[in-house]
Amino acid sequence: MKETTVIFGATSGIARALANELAAGGDNIVLAARDEEQLKAMANDLRIRHQIKVGRVYFDALDLEDHTAFWQETLKTDAGMPTRIVLCYGYMTDQEECQNDQGKAKRTFDVNLISACSLLELAAAYFTKNGSGTIAVISSVAGDRGRASNYIYGASKAGLTAYTSGLRNRLCKKGVHVITIKPGFVDTPMTKGLINLNSPLVATSEKAAIDIRKAMDRKKNVLYTRWFWRFIMIVIRSIPEPIFKRLNL
Amino acid sequence: MPSIENLSGWGNYDQRKCLTKYLNSSSALRHWVTSNGDSFIARGFGRSYGDAAINSTGHVLHQCYRNRFLVFDEASGKLICEAGVSLADIISVFLPRGWFLPTTPGTKFVSVGGAIAADVHGKNHHVDGSWGKFVQSFELLLPNGEVKHCSRIQNQDLFRSTIGGMGLTGIILTAEIQLIPVKTAWVKVDYKRTKDLNDTFAIFAKDAAKYRYSVAWIDCVSKGKSMGRSVCMFGNDADKKEVPNLYRQTPLSVTPKRNKTVLFDFPNWVLNPLSTKVFNFLYYAGNKNCTKLVDYDSFFYPLDSILNWNRIYGTRGFVQYQAFLPPKNAEKGYRKILEQITKAGFASFLAVFKSCGSGREGLLSFLDEGYTLALDLPNTGENLQALSRELDKIVIENEGRLYLAKDALTDSTSFAQMYPQLPEFKLVKAKIDPRQQIISEQARRLKIVEEK
Repeated sequence: MKETTVIFGATSGIARALANELAAGGDNIVLAARDEEQLKAMANDLRIRHQIKVGRVYFDALDLEDHTAFWQETLKTDAGMPTRIVLCYGYMTDQEECQNDQGKAKRTFDVNLISACSLLELAAAYFTKNGSGTIAVISSVAGDRGRASNYIYGASKAGLTAYTSGLRNRLCKKGVHVITIKPGFVDTPMTKGLINLNSPLVATSEKAAIDIRKAMDRKKNVLYTRWFWRFIMIVIRSIPEPIFKRLNL
Repeated sequence: MPSIENLSGWGNYDQRKCLTKYLNSSSALRHWVTSNGDSFIARGFGRSYGDAAINSTGHVLHQCYRNRFLVFDEASGKLICEAGVSLADIISVFLPRGWFLPTTPGTKFVSVGGAIAADVHGKNHHVDGSWGKFVQSFELLLPNGEVKHCSRIQNQDLFRSTIGGMGLTGIILTAEIQLIPVKTAWVKVDYKRTKDLNDTFAIFAKDAAKYRYSVAWIDCVSKGKSMGRSVCMFGNDADKKEVPNLYRQTPLSVTPKRNKTVLFDFPNWVLNPLSTKVFNFLYYAGNKNCTKLVDYDSFFYPLDSILNWNRIYGTRGFVQYQAFLPPKNAEKGYRKILEQITKAGFASFLAVFKSCGSGREGLLSFLDEGYTLALDLPNTGENLQALSRELDKIVIENEGRLYLAKDALTDSTSFAQMYPQLPEFKLVKAKIDPRQQIISEQARRLKIVEEK
């Protein structure tokens, strides 16, 4: 069956690579994001490169009141009715800035958690009615355990991980599949200047996109990308708290 | 977030710490430029060899995320895209549909914006001219936030100064390029060996015009009688009937080669005069006169299959010295250059020679009717700088000039002599950038931009 995939936060680094990856496989794509110049450019780019149908929808994650209206728009594009969605947007800023600026801390939770809950409930209702569909959500390895260097962002992603696990549990019986995606370090515009890009742990967004596409096709539950993060996080989670609290991670 | 990166050109010569920014859209760029008084230079894929895309006192604005195709006309082959699109991207999307680049430099890993800024040329320069000739128009972001549509009809002065202008007139946002139709992804190449420099010039004079592509690899290690002996490669686009059997059904697609990576900087001694001599000897001996069908990737981009081949020069880096000379002085000029290099104890690993056609698209464009020779020289510090000064003298004496995309060492006086159009360029620049906001290390060194 031909898939129509809606990508929320379509202009983010991973989303751009993922849109290309899915379109190369023949998916029709609906792009949803705030930056209309980039949406238009991306839509044209995907059409020219892959000769597929592309829809685009203005979407502002923080405008909760309009989420229903945004969602309705994604159903009306000429790319067809959505069969799967990927939530790709996120907000990450320096931990210290978050500690000192309540606004930034609030924004982290508003974007990463609250808006995601609001949007995903709409998607869940729609796919439940259809009795099929895939919901993929980009969370983060940072949500697996809070660390001094990144715990506000981490807490928002921990919430998102718990949320998607619950949603998966609920929708499993309705024929709807939910995937939690936990990227480690990925080289994107969001992480420039925040992580050391020369580290061997850093993956390109193209590599992450391939992993995500495969996980969606194979209906995996939880994806770590790159794969070795699963083992890194097992180690990090298993350190006893009395020791963990003294570490610089 | 601003990040700090150690940047250099492709030659890894002289790394500098730079503040960098990755902006994804033209509105983000416009916003940054107008709300930030800092100096800046745009950077594509960092394939210019010297310091053209480095700015250690302000910002370097990476363009790699502005890499989207915007419009393509299947009937005419006209393409409008963002300036951060790479030539490799254009080929992978459009060659299977029967369209190819109108001309291409020796690497496909350059951006469309960079290709315009350096007015790059390829093996078909003697027939078709440089990259600038196939640029119909572009949108240029000025330091004051204005966006100008530049073409041969509108804003001609900006159009002429931006082509070959090394990014100093603004940031190219989008460009309209003419692709050309091709029937196959193959080139039919005649290999001809010559016995010395004189013979090389003779064969180019006799044969080059019969072929769309011409280039010669010169053995610049041999001295005396066989100095300047070379392997000339003359090619034409192959016809469907000429494509090898295996590919006859799909003449436009070539199985991608496995790219190799150089995992670490080789020790500095790997490329030494002796190993270079052996390589040059084997290369000459290994190429007999013959005719071969070569796929586009191997023909145009022989070095691209080793992704970061620049690391074979080690941490010291290298420079590429590429000089143009007009027809009347070319042979004696290049003879002097080759002699000077051997005298200084240098050996160029690769030396590439070709003939060029007339007409310069941009004010600071590199090529005109004549010849060009490009040499790789390892960075040996003071020795190399002394050699470069000597070579510059020969180039100026013979009314030639250096290629700004390769230059890393020349000084402002020599540059001004090579490019008498500099004052005219400065006038245009002063008009659109009175605060001298757009600047690179190269512009500083060559005094194209003079800071107050």
